[in-house]
Amino acid sequence: MSKKYEIVIGLEIHAQLSTDSKIFCACSTKFGNEPNSNICPICTGQPGVLPTLNKKVVEFAVKTSIALNMKKIKGESIFSRKQYFYPDLPKDFQVSQYDKPLAEHGEIEIEVDHSPKKIGITRIHLEEDAGKLVHVGSDRITGSDFSLVDFNRTGVPLMEIVSEPDIRSPEEAKLYVQELAAILSYLGVCDAKMEEGSLRCDANISIRPVGQKEFGTRTELKNVNSTKALKDGLTAEVERQIEALESGEKIIQETRHYDEKTGKTIALRSKEEAHDYRYFPEPDLVPLVISDAMIAEARKDIGELPQAKIKRYVEKLNLSAEAADTIVAGKDLAEFFEKCLKSSDKAAELSNWIIGSVTAYLNEKKIGIGQSKLTPKKLVAMLNLIEKGTISKKIAKDVIVQLLETEKSAEEIVKASGTTQISDESEIEKIIDEVLAKNAKSVADYKAGKITAMGFLVGQTMKATKGRANPGLVNQLLQKKLSA
Amino acid sequence: MTISKKDVEHVAKLARLGLSEEEKEKLTQQLNDILKYAEQINQLDTDKVPPTSHSIPMQNVFREDEAKPCRNTADILANGPQTQETTFRVPKMLE
Repeated sequence: MSKKYEIVIGLEIHAQLSTDSKIFCACSTKFGNEPNSNICPICTGQPGVLPTLNKKVVEFAVKTSIALNMKKIKGESIFSRKQYFYPDLPKDFQVSQYDKPLAEHGEIEIEVDHSPKKIGITRIHLEEDAGKLVHVGSDRITGSDFSLVDFNRTGVPLMEIVSEPDIRSPEEAKLYVQELAAILSYLGVCDAKMEEGSLRCDANISIRPVGQKEFGTRTELKNVNSTKALKDGLTAEVERQIEALESGEKIIQETRHYDEKTGKTIALRSKEEAHDYRYFPEPDLVPLVISDAMIAEARKDIGELPQAKIKRYVEKLNLSAEAADTIVAGKDLAEFFEKCLKSSDKAAELSNWIIGSVTAYLNEKKIGIGQSKLTPKKLVAMLNLIEKGTISKKIAKDVIVQLLETEKSAEEIVKASGTTQISDESEIEKIIDEVLAKNAKSVADYKAGKITAMGFLVGQTMKATKGRANPGLVNQLLQKKLSA
Repeated sequence: MTISKKDVEHVAKLARLGLSEEEKEKLTQQLNDILKYAEQINQLDTDKVPPTSHSIPMQNVFREDEAKPCRNTADILANGPQTQETTFRVPKMLE
């Protein structure tokens, strides 16, 4: 990327809060139900209804505000009506917060090239989600014949987190979203899965010549559904803006969409009129006033956050920074790991298995550890079998796959397949004798001083036992026999 | 502060209201009358009065996070001018 221009990015994150019911009514937030089965007069805006704020939504937002170091949490915030027409919005206005958001002025730290960098958070506010549209007759809105509307998502609580324009590269944008997603998921307030839409991201991006104070004209990149697409989309947009400026064109303030197939951003139809939402206070919802007591209560509920956890894994458990990062990045992995530690003190070994074979399997199957059959108890039991010498590490690599796939314990798997490690000296000696008889030349080489022949003979013995012989014992016995 | 015919046209457009010339004139006049009436409040010193967002002095009205089954979904669906199975069907939005 060009050294001539500085990139300026600010992100707006919409996090779907993991409550059971909607923000202003008792409809379920469950995903995947029959269309329009979770709707009621309140969320569809029938006349004469009265919305009431979900207490848990407030608790979640306060918890998040504390975790994101917001300076202003205490005090009043107001819900407003944001008015626009769109078929996914049954009331013709969205209840959101405008001039008095729930929290303001925070920051989080990300790690860029091994050094910490603070990204400011402008504000956190609460609002309701819109419904879902299915466009029929085309895979995009343009060209479709008609659309079908499902209001199940209407009124699902959203928390919008707006960053300062502190982000200076597409990579930083990705790191910021990852960090935020980890925090939200550790707080237990949001699933934080971009692919599933529980976390959505809009990016404002502009470039300016290095040294210039004023921001350049920005464009908004919408609807990216993974951190990779966010990074790639921003990279493509930076390139487009540089090219435009270099060739004397002007950047137009508009909304753009990143097409993952072409790797380019394209302008969405620009709105005929500038945004004019005519916000005004929602008269049906009384002001929300956060007290010191509510903040203190929420604080009690905040467990160990990702950064602190990584630090502890590295400093107290002696994991490498990479291993700690990988485990902490998935809340379910970290929980699994910590459950293992309750009955095992082999932190390093456990983490090796978790970030190695286990993660490889989960990634391949595209499932979480909770959807596999592996339990902390089963993994610890397998480690104990390795320690006792019942199985070798090599065999364990096959065992772990079965632990992930079946209900069986390591012991049952090993027994059934006869892959227990052979630690019986007389049995190994018998096999060694056969190997030595078959490989007289190597034996002669070794005796003539060619030490490397030893490795070959160890390999042959292991091969003859299909990897089951205890390697330490094989080495020891071979030495003894060859020097005899 | 006064409202011009242009303001009325702008707001009408945002609200998707088709107004005749006559209605535009009439509404401009009426809206200005309303504003003039409200302007009386400027005669008072309101410096120490916090802006009123709500007419009742209440705060923090909450409900517990309990999901309840939705009973009248069919009635709500029946309000739609056009439906398809359990979805609302709407005409195309963009040409």
